[in-house]
Amino acid sequence: MVMSIVHRITGAGLYFGMALLAWWLIAAASGPAYFDYVNGLFGSIVGQIILFGFTWALIHHMLGGLRHFVWDLGHGFALKTANAMAWATVIGSVALTILLWIIAYATM
Amino acid sequence: MRTPLGRVRGLGSAKDGTEHFWHQRITALANVPLTIFFVLLILILAGQDYQTVAATLSSPAIAILLLLAILSVVTHMKLGMQVIIEDYVHTESTKMLLVIANTFFCVIVGLSAAFAVLKLAFGG
Repeated sequence: MVMSIVHRITGAGLYFGMALLAWWLIAAASGPAYFDYVNGLFGSIVGQIILFGFTWALIHHMLGGLRHFVWDLGHGFALKTANAMAWATVIGSVALTILLWIIAYATM
Repeated sequence: MRTPLGRVRGLGSAKDGTEHFWHQRITALANVPLTIFFVLLILILAGQDYQTVAATLSSPAIAILLLLAILSVVTHMKLGMQVIIEDYVHTESTKMLLVIANTFFCVIVGLSAAFAVLKLAFGG
């Protein structure tokens, strides 16, 4: 129930996040000055918080989607299995998001 | 109560059968590797200067993968948001306007992103 609505909320968040991604690509196609300006915005504290949220929404939505594939194939309907997959989605998405950001900052 | 022709067409009361559901799943499947590619690309490009970013994005393999990702993600987005609108908005006129606005938004985002990738790929 909660996971179902979170799947929709993350999906809706990613929907508007895609506009930010398109903006970043357009900035890259517009030339160095505008690209640096947009990159500066994404690099600000607010920008980084939004991107962190975007990363988590993306991973949560993807893991949630994989859960749906398991159900589509006719498996994982037992309450215990469904609960385990729900927790794996929550914990996995948070862990992977933090891991990706550690890698990003470590290699920058 | 279904006519033989109706059964063969398999379109049901929504008039487009299982196409919406099926396209949602097909693009979801495609999104998995394409999104992983995209996240890795951003990880590599984070903190790089303009020249490096522009050069990387203009490589044919990366540009093609980006275009595939844009197509798949935008289609998936459009279908997903349509379901949300149809589930929660019950005034027929508002629903119709939002579904149309959803299509416009997704086409604009998709074509803008694709144009940017093509511009970089074909030489800035």
